[in-house]
Amino acid sequence: MNELLIASMMTMMTAATPLVFAATGELVCEKSGVLNLGVEGMMLIGAVFGFAAVTLTGQPLAGLLAGSLCGLVAALIFALLTLTLLSNQVATGLALTIFGTGLSALVGLDYVGETIEQIRSIHIPVLSDLPVIGRLLFGHDPLVYLAIIILALSGWFLKPTRWGMILRAVGDSEVSAHAIGYPVIAIRYAAVAFGGAMAGLGGAYLSLVYTPLWAENMTAGRGWIALALVVFASWRPSRVLLGAILFGGITILQLNAQAAGLGIPGAFMSMLPYIATIVVLVLISRDAIRIRLNAPACLGKPFRAER
Amino acid sequence: MLALEARATQSASAAWLSPLLAMALTGLTGAAIFLAMGKAPGIALYIYFIEPLTSWSGLSEVAVKAGPLILIGIGLSVGFRAGIWNIGAEGQFIAGAVLGSAPAVVFYDSTNLLILPTMLVLGVLGGMAWAAIPALLKTRFNANEILVSLMLVYVAELLLVHLVQGPWRNPQGWGFPGTRMFPDAALLPMLFPGYRVHLGTLIALLIPLLAWFVLTKSRFGFKVRVFGSAPLAARHAGINNPRMIWATLLIGGGLAGLAGIMEAASTIGQLMPKISPGYGFTAIIVAFLGRLHPVGVALAGTAIAVTYIGGEGAQISAGLPKAVTGLFQGIILFYLLAFDLLTRYRLTRIGNKVSAT
Amino acid sequence: MKYFAKLASVLLAALLSFGVAYSASADKLKVGFIYIGPPGDHGWTYAHDQARLMIDNMLGDHVETTYVEGVPEGPDAERAIAKLAETGHKLIFTTSFGYMEPTLKVAKRFPDVKFEHATGYKQADNVATYSARFYEGRYVQGQIAAKISKSGVIGYIASFPIPEVVRGINAFMLGAQSINPDMKVKVVWVYSWFDPPKEADAAKVLMDQGADIITQHTDSTAALQAAADRGIHAFGQASDMIQFAPDTQLTAVLDDWGPYYVKRTVDVLMGTWSPGDTWNGMGPGMVGMAPFTNMPSAVAMMARKTAESIRTGAFHPFTGPIYNQAGELVVAAGEVAADFPMLATMNFYVQGVDDKLPE
Repeated sequence: MNELLIASMMTMMTAATPLVFAATGELVCEKSGVLNLGVEGMMLIGAVFGFAAVTLTGQPLAGLLAGSLCGLVAALIFALLTLTLLSNQVATGLALTIFGTGLSALVGLDYVGETIEQIRSIHIPVLSDLPVIGRLLFGHDPLVYLAIIILALSGWFLKPTRWGMILRAVGDSEVSAHAIGYPVIAIRYAAVAFGGAMAGLGGAYLSLVYTPLWAENMTAGRGWIALALVVFASWRPSRVLLGAILFGGITILQLNAQAAGLGIPGAFMSMLPYIATIVVLVLISRDAIRIRLNAPACLGKPFRAER
Repeated sequence: MLALEARATQSASAAWLSPLLAMALTGLTGAAIFLAMGKAPGIALYIYFIEPLTSWSGLSEVAVKAGPLILIGIGLSVGFRAGIWNIGAEGQFIAGAVLGSAPAVVFYDSTNLLILPTMLVLGVLGGMAWAAIPALLKTRFNANEILVSLMLVYVAELLLVHLVQGPWRNPQGWGFPGTRMFPDAALLPMLFPGYRVHLGTLIALLIPLLAWFVLTKSRFGFKVRVFGSAPLAARHAGINNPRMIWATLLIGGGLAGLAGIMEAASTIGQLMPKISPGYGFTAIIVAFLGRLHPVGVALAGTAIAVTYIGGEGAQISAGLPKAVTGLFQGIILFYLLAFDLLTRYRLTRIGNKVSAT
Repeated sequence: MKYFAKLASVLLAALLSFGVAYSASADKLKVGFIYIGPPGDHGWTYAHDQARLMIDNMLGDHVETTYVEGVPEGPDAERAIAKLAETGHKLIFTTSFGYMEPTLKVAKRFPDVKFEHATGYKQADNVATYSARFYEGRYVQGQIAAKISKSGVIGYIASFPIPEVVRGINAFMLGAQSINPDMKVKVVWVYSWFDPPKEADAAKVLMDQGADIITQHTDSTAALQAAADRGIHAFGQASDMIQFAPDTQLTAVLDDWGPYYVKRTVDVLMGTWSPGDTWNGMGPGMVGMAPFTNMPSAVAMMARKTAESIRTGAFHPFTGPIYNQAGELVVAAGEVAADFPMLATMNFYVQGVDDKLPE
């Protein structure tokens, strides 16, 4: 049983990792006041280009770079439209998802059925061999650690650093931030680009590590879950990891219950993360002061500097 | 150097010009993609955009596909005008289909003529009920309606899957998920023999006219416009904030629910694990492409439907993969959204000399 | 392969003798296909597309094939099928269960077009149905698994609780029990035919719970790869997936639709097509086995022997005595389960399956 518990926790951790990547990126993006609903599309773009790069070069690192870079480029299209050309963020984000789904399927046609060398879990002598905690702490694939590091860095960046405070100021009150002289648009461009790179990385994790293959629409809604996760975490990086394990883990728990012969837990268990997100949203929103502390006030609103 | 200057009113000529420009650029981009794939661009573009409109069956299919998009798009555009961002129409569509189908599932051999009207009413109520949740949480707890309505999409999808795999599964269906086929009395009548255009399509095409009338001629329409453009002024004018939120969400949800039950009770004829190929999300784009104007929404819904039908034709007669359709839709949307700018802003030249920056 | 060659020569001879008048006309017969997934899925749709290519190869002078991929079950299916019929396709294969009602609806509108619907149970004057006895291959897999497994626990990833899948689980169990009566099969339902990450999750969970052989009734290669990552043996699905798990794939049940598709196409060319239901197994070559790899040669030999006796009809996987989970005798000793209703509508587990069949 102990062994099963450890194994399940390891599996849940890998299920959470793509969500951590994508949600961290979206969190920073939303903190700057931009709501990008194109996460699913950017993840798919990251997944297919990451896979293609590994197929062509044989280098896992090239795949990760290509995945995040292409996610970033896709995000820049979104930024150009919403920030420079002032299109509606909701509509543009949805368009980005449609675009990403189509583009990835088209690019992926040549890569369906290809195989690549999977990125393996690390093994640190001594540490990884420790009982229980050895595997839990030191037995994952390298990207699990990268996800946590990026999450922690983002948390640190958003709190005490000068640029982090500027980013939050831009998201909370773009007009005053502009009046003070901060480059609102440039900062938002950077935040959106970071969001795209992270979503691309999350997608590449799926196609390079999670299931080393490319299949059309393989993200299967994880981009949307990442969006829910940001709200669930009430825009606080410290809660993203917990939420990701919960959101990613619930599928694993369900499958475990089935394999153990407990029967199908039913649709209601699958609904739980979404209902929990709504409950959290209600709890943080009813308190006007707390919502102001966390949720970016200008989320989704276009901004154009008046001359 | 060029700069943007806000227009006092939306430019009428730009409103027509920008979709045309977007179409032209999409055509060019599409031609480049087709060339790269080794297909003759002219033929491919013809198959995509013209061929669906050259036959009665093509027109009928375009209308069938456009119906739900227009219906949902109209409902959403009312909310968007008032600044209420309901993006969960997909969930409201499903909720409407589920509640509306209940009579057909329970009385599966009914011949009672009242069953169909009952279903349509229940469909509207189902969509409204689903939209009432974000309305309640927004007015009572200030919860963001974008996120609440989005989360409810997944809840609705899971609920539908649960029903068609469990309690509502067809006992004669060999265990496959899905309800029984609806009885004839529970199906919307077809309009022309041999074509799939049905009464629901007709209703969907009439709703824009109704919406146009309400939005331009009624007091409610005036309130919606004021509320959207200037919430503060609206409050001074005595337009009640919670009531506006409730009204627009219920309209959006009700129309999405109606679209849902009309889809289930016509072309599908039963409930299945997946009943919408993303109509609720596509309709958001339709609403924006149509500039939140009823006539625009009807045109935009038709245009998007054409690309779906054309994409299928391109697979059959040009051997183009399905993925191209998705890519194409994305590109069209990008261009349209980009040129949308021209309707609200004008390009002006500032300074006397051309600056390098 | 030998079978194909023989079939091909017979069919071509038939064509040459009967089809002279036909081949004189410039018009080729257009044959259409509706696919649920992409042809590159390496599973269900891939197998159908391979069969389509076989028509192209063998009858290319007389026939032209077209396919529409990724057609969702629902209103879009009816339109896509109708579109094929409108564009002059005279024989249309609809290759997923959910196309049943749309196929029948379109068939009514186009009485001179012949329709072939895979895995369905409703026929019409111009609608035939066909399906394969994949359970024959699964019995062989069960035997192999019981020989190879050390933990005595096998993980089974299942899609939907429909008769075809339940039949597969039962045949697998019966095969395993024929070697080791105490074998355990753990079943996980993923409620999808094609969802690579979820299939991989299911494989991981089953391995976490002690399964040391993974078998799947879903279409992607993800489960096989997840197993390979941990060095766990697994079975491929629908096509030979050896390239995805060169060191761990034991074998795969192959869908060979080719012979049937070619035969039905020739039937239409010669005007001898008639509706009906076809349910073929290893004998007529609709079900095959990928090479038996990564196992001791004694096990491979046994598997080959079992497959051969199923192919020749000497042995039927559902030969009694068979008990259900409640311990009731459902097939008497020495008897063989009837195609209808028992096999066709199978909705119970045989004794020993460690799962409760979802309602």
